[in-house]
Amino acid sequence: MPITAHIGRRTALTAAGALAAAAVLPPAAPAATRTPTEVTIAKIVGNRAVNQGRIAIRLPAIAENGNAVPLTVAVESPMTAADHVKTVHIFADANPFAEVASFHFTPACGRAEASTRIRLGETQDVIAVAEMSDGSVYLARQEVKVTIGGCGG
Amino acid sequence: MLARRDLLAGAAALAASGSLAAAAGERLSEDALLRFAPLGQVTLLHLSDLHGQLLPAHLREAEINRGVGGARAEPPFLTGAAFRRWFGIAAGTPMAHAVSAEDFERLARSYGRMGGLDRIATLVAAIRADRPGRTLLLDGGDTWQGGWPALASRGAAIVAAMAPLAPEAMTGHWEFTYGAEQMRALIAAAEAAGTRFLAGNVQDREWNDDVFPALHLFERGGVAVAVIGQAFPYTPIANPARLIPDWTMGIQAEKLAERVAEARAAGAEVVVLLSHNGVALDRALARRIEGIDVILSGHTHDCTPAPLTVGRTLLVASGAHGKFLTRIDLAVAGGRVVEHRHALIPVFAEAIRPDAATAAAVAAARAPHAPLLDTVLAETETTLWRRGTLNGTWDDLICAALMAETGAEIALSPGFRWGTALPAASPITMEAVLEQTAITYPNVWRRSMTGEQIKALLEDVADNLFHPDPFYQQGGDMVRAGGLGFVLDPDAPKGRRIDALTLLASGAPLEAGRSYAVAGWAAVGEEVAGPPVWETVAAHLRRLGTVRIAPNAAIRLA
Repeated sequence: MPITAHIGRRTALTAAGALAAAAVLPPAAPAATRTPTEVTIAKIVGNRAVNQGRIAIRLPAIAENGNAVPLTVAVESPMTAADHVKTVHIFADANPFAEVASFHFTPACGRAEASTRIRLGETQDVIAVAEMSDGSVYLARQEVKVTIGGCGG
Repeated sequence: MLARRDLLAGAAALAASGSLAAAAGERLSEDALLRFAPLGQVTLLHLSDLHGQLLPAHLREAEINRGVGGARAEPPFLTGAAFRRWFGIAAGTPMAHAVSAEDFERLARSYGRMGGLDRIATLVAAIRADRPGRTLLLDGGDTWQGGWPALASRGAAIVAAMAPLAPEAMTGHWEFTYGAEQMRALIAAAEAAGTRFLAGNVQDREWNDDVFPALHLFERGGVAVAVIGQAFPYTPIANPARLIPDWTMGIQAEKLAERVAEARAAGAEVVVLLSHNGVALDRALARRIEGIDVILSGHTHDCTPAPLTVGRTLLVASGAHGKFLTRIDLAVAGGRVVEHRHALIPVFAEAIRPDAATAAAVAAARAPHAPLLDTVLAETETTLWRRGTLNGTWDDLICAALMAETGAEIALSPGFRWGTALPAASPITMEAVLEQTAITYPNVWRRSMTGEQIKALLEDVADNLFHPDPFYQQGGDMVRAGGLGFVLDPDAPKGRRIDALTLLASGAPLEAGRSYAVAGWAAVGEEVAGPPVWETVAAHLRRLGTVRIAPNAAIRLA
């Protein structure tokens, strides 16, 4: 399925960053062209590599109600003292305030999973950034369409 | 991707069933339509998207059914000769008329109307008699909505008419537009007649509990067959959520995978997904979820003369309005399907004897409304039809009525795929108008919209149809527009698919900042107070007397 057709330039840049395990965020784009989300993520990540995988974002592909979109984020981890998820940040890039939530975990949590409802003003990618106890960082994103509806079928 | 050998096997099975054996111009007999060499332990029958169409009708397939990306070059996004070639169907044959809009007027006259619930009942009864204890009739939903008997009775007349057929299970979409309370009452009536309503993807909004049973394990021919129901996942978005305020839906692929595993764990040797997802989404789901043997795919009104295959999953679709009945026989060994045989049976009404009990039920459903339905409003000199990615002539007529009766410069009409066709030189009855318009939120609205808002609306709908990922596609066709010209490029990025917007009255480009008077119907947001659209269309038709609609040249694909 070709996905390039609908990816904007800045999405493509961050996606490319996420894909390349050795690449760092932000990519080569000058600071002035970065979105607030990208700036914030860049601050969190610092000069660490951004990895793909381990994060499962569960969101409806198309929101029934943009004012309350059910979100579950889960990160694969043994959640031991030596190897656990410390924090998961959620961003909604096109919202006026893109920083939706940060969930903090300890090994006592048993698993790194959180559910909430978020508000999405328009169609956009929801981004999850997970910081691990060993300092590694993971990033995942999923598009959620917020539509005015109307029907075929 | 459909492998060549699957195609050939499908074509061979079709030929064996009698539908393809007919030559151009030949009339099929009931025996020929039913001809089928039984196979294995289980026979599945699939009927979907009846849309309350109790009587035989003319049904014109899409001339344009545009897909995006790679999907564009394979079913279901092929039409006419390309569709026929893919499935090996010769031009001019009865099957060609059933699956293609080519030469529609002439072939419609030659082969007559299609469908009719009493004819379908005859086919079902014959197959059940041939395969006692082995047959499951499964209804893909969109059965209880469409036409006036359905709407006037809030679905009850269709439930009653379906009772003689008694499908073993069904799922739904437009059924939800009667509202939660009425839907529960209808389901209780259907269950009393032997039909289970299955939908694994409808949950209570507060606690996320399942509202309906997700699956049922049937025993047929000594084989455990699990049927999982999947309602149209975007019902609360595509239709008014206010009608089912406490229920949430969605595709829920992970949950579906769990249901499949659950069914296997419970001993299912065959897993069937009775789906109202539409073909593109079902194909994407089949790629993601292991273990489904057969997907019976409704919603998009496509038909598959041979099954599509994704890995070991067979995907079949059975058209709409009772035009087709699918039969698929399964041989099961060692807990899996080892062989199948399939026929898409075209329901040629003139060839099939009506089933007496169903004919009586159909007559009873229609009789109270006969004076209204038989009212002739006008005569059409050109064929009225709806199906296709862009405006059909029925839609052009509805848009013209909206503009003429409200004084709006622009009209918008939903891209519904349901609705019958009316050949040239036919009277336009109230029944025909209601077959295009009968819904529970039919009210006409008129408001001021800026050019920018109009463009945004068209782009929004276009993205719901032409998003490159089927998980984001809602099915249906492009919103119909009157008074407006534009060029649609489905492959363009979101927000850039609509170009060259023109106000037809002046021939001037649509201005982003100017306000335009726009009329429409079927608002999915808040309730609106205007008259039901069929009254608007009827008033317009009475004034016109004679209708002549040229194909829409103002709206086209890039």
